[in-house]
Amino acid sequence: MIQVKKLVKRFGPITVLRELDFEVRSGEFVALLGPNGAGKTTLLRILASLSKPTSGLVQVASCRLPEEAVAVRAHLGVVSHQPLLYGDLTAEENLSFYARLYDVERLRIGEVLDLVGLSSRKSDLVRVFSRGMQQRLAIGRSILHNPRILLMDEPHTGLDQEAGEILDSVLREIALAGRTVVMTSHDLVRAAELASRLDILSKGKIKASVATKDLNSADFVTFYRKALQGNGGSV
Amino acid sequence: MKSYLNAIRAVIWKDLTAEWRTRENLSAMLVFALLVILIFNFALELDIQAQESLSAGVLWATFIFAGTIGLNRSLAVEKDRGCLDGLLLAPVDRSVIYFGKAIGNLIFMLLVEIIVLPVYSFLYQVPVFQPGFLLVVVLGSIGYVAVGTLLATMVIQARTRDILLPILLFPLSLPVIIAAVKASQGFLLMVPLTEISAWLNLLIVYDLIFTAAAFMVFDFVVEE
Amino acid sequence: MNEKPNLLTILDVVAGLMILVAAGLVFFYVPVEVMMGSVQKVFYFHVATAWVGMLGFLVAAIAGVVYLRKGNLLWDIAGNGAVEISLIFFLTAIVLGSIWARPIWNTWWTWEPRLTTAAIVELIYAAYLLLRQGVDDPERRARFSAIYAIFGFFSVPLTFISIRMLRTIHPVVIGSAEAASQGGFNMDSPMKLTFFFSLAAFTVFFADLLWHRIRLGQLRAEVDVLRIDSYSKGE
Repeated sequence: MIQVKKLVKRFGPITVLRELDFEVRSGEFVALLGPNGAGKTTLLRILASLSKPTSGLVQVASCRLPEEAVAVRAHLGVVSHQPLLYGDLTAEENLSFYARLYDVERLRIGEVLDLVGLSSRKSDLVRVFSRGMQQRLAIGRSILHNPRILLMDEPHTGLDQEAGEILDSVLREIALAGRTVVMTSHDLVRAAELASRLDILSKGKIKASVATKDLNSADFVTFYRKALQGNGGSV
Repeated sequence: MKSYLNAIRAVIWKDLTAEWRTRENLSAMLVFALLVILIFNFALELDIQAQESLSAGVLWATFIFAGTIGLNRSLAVEKDRGCLDGLLLAPVDRSVIYFGKAIGNLIFMLLVEIIVLPVYSFLYQVPVFQPGFLLVVVLGSIGYVAVGTLLATMVIQARTRDILLPILLFPLSLPVIIAAVKASQGFLLMVPLTEISAWLNLLIVYDLIFTAAAFMVFDFVVEE
Repeated sequence: MNEKPNLLTILDVVAGLMILVAAGLVFFYVPVEVMMGSVQKVFYFHVATAWVGMLGFLVAAIAGVVYLRKGNLLWDIAGNGAVEISLIFFLTAIVLGSIWARPIWNTWWTWEPRLTTAAIVELIYAAYLLLRQGVDDPERRARFSAIYAIFGFFSVPLTFISIRMLRTIHPVVIGSAEAASQGGFNMDSPMKLTFFFSLAAFTVFFADLLWHRIRLGQLRAEVDVLRIDSYSKGE
């Protein structure tokens, strides 16, 4: 579903991604972990067609990026740590706007509102929503057009424990829908609970990769530290 | 094609709905416009004779300043909460964003002008409600908004933000300003159409060239 | 790229010589113009510097188009350099124009079309440089600069035409200097020779400065890369 080979991304003199290789099969849920500045957000933005690679091969849902960017977008749902929602519009109006952009029928809006548990608040302005509610609505926005692939950039940022748990239950229901998901995160434990695979990204390259079922929760932190130090490989 | 137009309509609808809810942008533009007219009143001490020849200039200066505020705020909305990314992720051509925002900006500018003109006419008894004059207002606004939307999209991605827009926009929109003022003045002073037509042509040429140019380069302004 | 190319050294010498020769022609060779006196000699430098000022704009616009198509940052350095150099040259032209105007028209400045357009072009150059200051990402900065240079370049002829029309159709109403007619004079052969030689000398001078400026820009880019690399090695 997602194939990345020898991806390089430079911003002027700064090289963020250094010949990165990355692959995600259909239905996998991969959590991308790593320190700040490792290149997680940059990688995600390239996969989301928001940023162009400097060089290398990027293929998402059999579409080459950046050439076939418009085709790719129809298959992508993106959740950023910013909600991408208009504060002066209601929840329903926000979804209605995106529904028109993605050519989605109006019925779907009600469905999505139910899925994320915000039907009762649909006529409230997004401005008054809590951060947790905004993120839930953002997830709703991202699945409006039923995309095959979901890209999420640290979606739990700024959420308290309870909001985080609600978000997780929404995510599980959605992930179960057979989508391919790539999520960046700082939260090792939560990532391991949600994902089927953990990849550690550091200094522009993938240093280690492991299937979560193969790793005990006790070993998470050790695994992470080892990966950052050397070439961890896969377990 | 149908979904293209649909998407543009969606963007316009979104901007109008959001604005109608708070009317912040519109009221800011309006109050500012009226204040500018007030300042000109004292700064220029317009007597009856001067009024007729200067009104066009005063009005256009007002529209330009108010328009700049509108442009800034309309694009700033997309910067807030990362919404520009939301637009860029949609499976539509980038030009949808350009035309959607530009037409929205044009509507706001025209709304302000429709309110300011009667007020001005009331204050100064100047015959602004002629079809020729109104045509110039529309043509001038189109040219200004066409370039302004492109530059405003650039400016929200730069550090120095708001103040940068007038600095970039004013020199480039001079042909519009000059032509609009001269044509408006011509209509107000009841000058024969043959003398005004050159200015109208200049306006139309500018509008066509720069709208086309802005549409062609818009991709480069939003890509990363 | 480190060694200064021989061709550049030759160009330095040629440019320097040509300017000297031009100055010599202006001060010693060409006869004093009958009607205006010695001050008329400013004309040779005035037109030459103004010509270079406009040339820079053309170079910046072309560099902009090429950058947008090819993406090579060298073109951005060239465009930036052209604008910087032209800013100075045009300023020189305006000052020289004032020096010429004072004894002839008894005023330092008139709002005649060419002068006004020159002032506007200066403002566009300044706006271009301010725009560059406000954008950090080198590629984005290059793209924005390219677009602004192109738009600026196309707006100037329209601006000039509209100012021209302004002065002929409607006389200035609110008191200012009467739109003076061009201080015209006929050029005989020595004058023509001096005139065209000045133009050539300044054009070569411009090319020489631009080449130096491009090298400077490239060096700066190299330093940036080295600096960033040293940071990451220090981690």
